[in-house]
Amino acid sequence: MSERSGQVVGIVLVSHSAAVAESVAELAKGLAGGGGSAPVAAAGGTADGGLGTSAELITTAAATVDRGAGVAVLMDLGSAVLTVKALLAEGDELPENTRLVDAPFVEGAVAAVVTASAGADLAAVEAAAREAYTYRKE
Amino acid sequence: MLDADFFRRWMTAAAASVDREADRLTALDSPIGDADHGSNLRRGFRAVTATLEKEAPDTPGALLQLAGRQLISTVGGASGPLYGTLLRRTGKALGDAPEVGEEQLAGALRAGVEAVMALGGAAPGDKTMIDALVPAVDALGTSFEAASAAAEEGAVATTPLQARKGRASYLGERSIGHQDPGATSSALLIAALVEARR
Repeated sequence: MSERSGQVVGIVLVSHSAAVAESVAELAKGLAGGGGSAPVAAAGGTADGGLGTSAELITTAAATVDRGAGVAVLMDLGSAVLTVKALLAEGDELPENTRLVDAPFVEGAVAAVVTASAGADLAAVEAAAREAYTYRKE
Repeated sequence: MLDADFFRRWMTAAAASVDREADRLTALDSPIGDADHGSNLRRGFRAVTATLEKEAPDTPGALLQLAGRQLISTVGGASGPLYGTLLRRTGKALGDAPEVGEEQLAGALRAGVEAVMALGGAAPGDKTMIDALVPAVDALGTSFEAASAAAEEGAVATTPLQARKGRASYLGERSIGHQDPGATSSALLIAALVEARR
């Protein structure tokens, strides 16, 4: 749990589709319930509303949710993953302590937002999101 | 020696070539990809030339890093971070020298290609841009013309391969028989080196 009280981990959800990113953000916030205090930003689609990935939308979203406790970025596939990795490699594009979280998009987003809303630190948020991979459905 | 003006001509020639060939790149991307490679790259390289008209970095390294950054920001598909990383890492490897030799460029471009392989996780034979870029870098020590020919050969040689990376990999064996659009655009980028020296 966070040792820096008052600071909460921010979550960025990157999808090829604006609708998907926004819906998953809404779902995760809804399932986080009354304690839903973690800032969540959707970065879906290209800047002109098409399907794809926008580095600008991602950097803006990350800046929006940064409260000083780190930012967890979850993404769907392909160019979304590569763009986040390239931005992280750039060094100064994303807030300090921004982490690419390797997790299933929907389940991981829910786990990340619930955990962050409970006041957990970035490592705990990441662990909770990653753990969603181990939940089998049959 | 190659100065910043040479690298500006390289980017301009690459942009013109991508513009000219955008429909062909998108056509190649239709059966095995999401049919946007040409239009995505065209948007990215137009942003590169527009930026280079406004800003004029005076070293090869700075110019390539600026171009790479534009590609990451504007392409919208996987080719953005991949080509962006290629140019950015190549630029970083060139440092802040005002002029660089061809051997230095070959070494820097190899560092760029290695960064792309690390980012995308692709190896030669996976039917990606790497299949054009690796032979091009290997031949760059000989001449730009040899590198261009090697890249073109590498691109054509992706046709019988089965894709193991990206959207095309979902198609499995159905990806066989199509030339890879990323390897094709990489060959255009390397061919533009030859034009830039004229």
